[in-house]
Amino acid sequence: MSENKHPLTVAVTGLNAIDSPGPGVAVIRALRDGLPKPLRIIGLSYETLEPGIYMHDVVDKTYQITYPGAGTEALLNRIKYIHDKEKIDVLIPNFDAELYNFMKLAPTLKSMGIATFLPTFEQFDARDKINLYQFGLKYGLSVPADKVIYTVEELYACAELLGYPLVVKGKYYDAVIAYTMEQAQKAFYKLTAKWGYPIIVQQFISGNEINVAVLGDGKGNATSIIPMKKLYITDKGKAWAGITLEDDTLIALAKTFVEATKWKGGCELEIMRTAEGVPYIMEINPRFPAWIYLTAAAGQNQPASLVKMALGDDVPHFTVYEVGKIFIRYSWDHITDVKEFQQISGFGEL
Amino acid sequence: MHLKKNIATSESGFIFNPSTGDSYSANPIAAEILGLLKEGVPVSTIKAQILERYDVTNAQLEKDWDDFANQLKYANVLEN
Repeated sequence: MSENKHPLTVAVTGLNAIDSPGPGVAVIRALRDGLPKPLRIIGLSYETLEPGIYMHDVVDKTYQITYPGAGTEALLNRIKYIHDKEKIDVLIPNFDAELYNFMKLAPTLKSMGIATFLPTFEQFDARDKINLYQFGLKYGLSVPADKVIYTVEELYACAELLGYPLVVKGKYYDAVIAYTMEQAQKAFYKLTAKWGYPIIVQQFISGNEINVAVLGDGKGNATSIIPMKKLYITDKGKAWAGITLEDDTLIALAKTFVEATKWKGGCELEIMRTAEGVPYIMEINPRFPAWIYLTAAAGQNQPASLVKMALGDDVPHFTVYEVGKIFIRYSWDHITDVKEFQQISGFGEL
Repeated sequence: MHLKKNIATSESGFIFNPSTGDSYSANPIAAEILGLLKEGVPVSTIKAQILERYDVTNAQLEKDWDDFANQLKYANVLEN
């Protein structure tokens, strides 16, 4: 670990611990478990009601930052302001939509003394929903057939090519399973209104939903791989409970992905394993998942390892983890005061 | 009939497949049979033990055994 006169200070986004949670709170929990003290956690928030802002045993201080749409200059100005006060050592962005800006700023942040551990644009684009099918073909990975469309009329060709049900997916988030053309059209309008164009229409694959949390070292090696089967799934398709699995095919699949892309940083492979045992890659998220604390609980603390690698430390590749480790998410009514709400709303800091 | 090596069983009849994350509950006699299978005891020996210890005909045992074996196969806990 690098020596610092001030406490190791890590800035983390994704504090929205709601029913479709951001990964931030889980990332921080893993950091607090796996990094030496003193450790100072700076929360970076977008909305005033992100629960992590008010959890003072989790986050030491929170600053609101600009929305991704405001661009890199506005974001950089805000980060400079925060850095002047807090001297951030490492910054971990946790949302897909904000990654582009942080990747673009990574060299500037580095020159300011803020380390990141993010994929390159090439790596980021390779696993993009829009390119995933071609990526699978190139590396011999099973990926459902798909079609990227820009107009609602193209849905007819998709239905002919892929058959029903169709999986209609938004550019960044959300997916709808459509059993009829009417449902597909409704999903198209809903998802374009929310996330913009294009829409990805994917072949439906049935099976068991498995997610794999992966940490790549940027040189083609997987520092950590933890597969998890969803035991309880919310109506938004999120895992509310899950269990670590022992499965060499999933480990091999994740290794192939990391070797092929030389992935740098955390990511999550969303897998659908068919009754025949074929693991289809449904999606690759370019950041830690919300269930990332399970990796720490199972013996491979991916967020803490990422921070160490960002600081230039050599982190040995994990080889073992605890199989059968279960997480069960729960909700909790956190009580705060209007003064705190006023503080973050009015001043953008708490 | 061999259980996959990584299948975890307990005396209380809990079966856990670490490859799939699936778990099952077995009744006491099924738990006993699974324990013996896990120790590598041959099927013929297990059947002989059951015939000796329980009030069951050979025909009924064979019928129940086939049913049990099918359930294990369906649960994907047997070696292919």
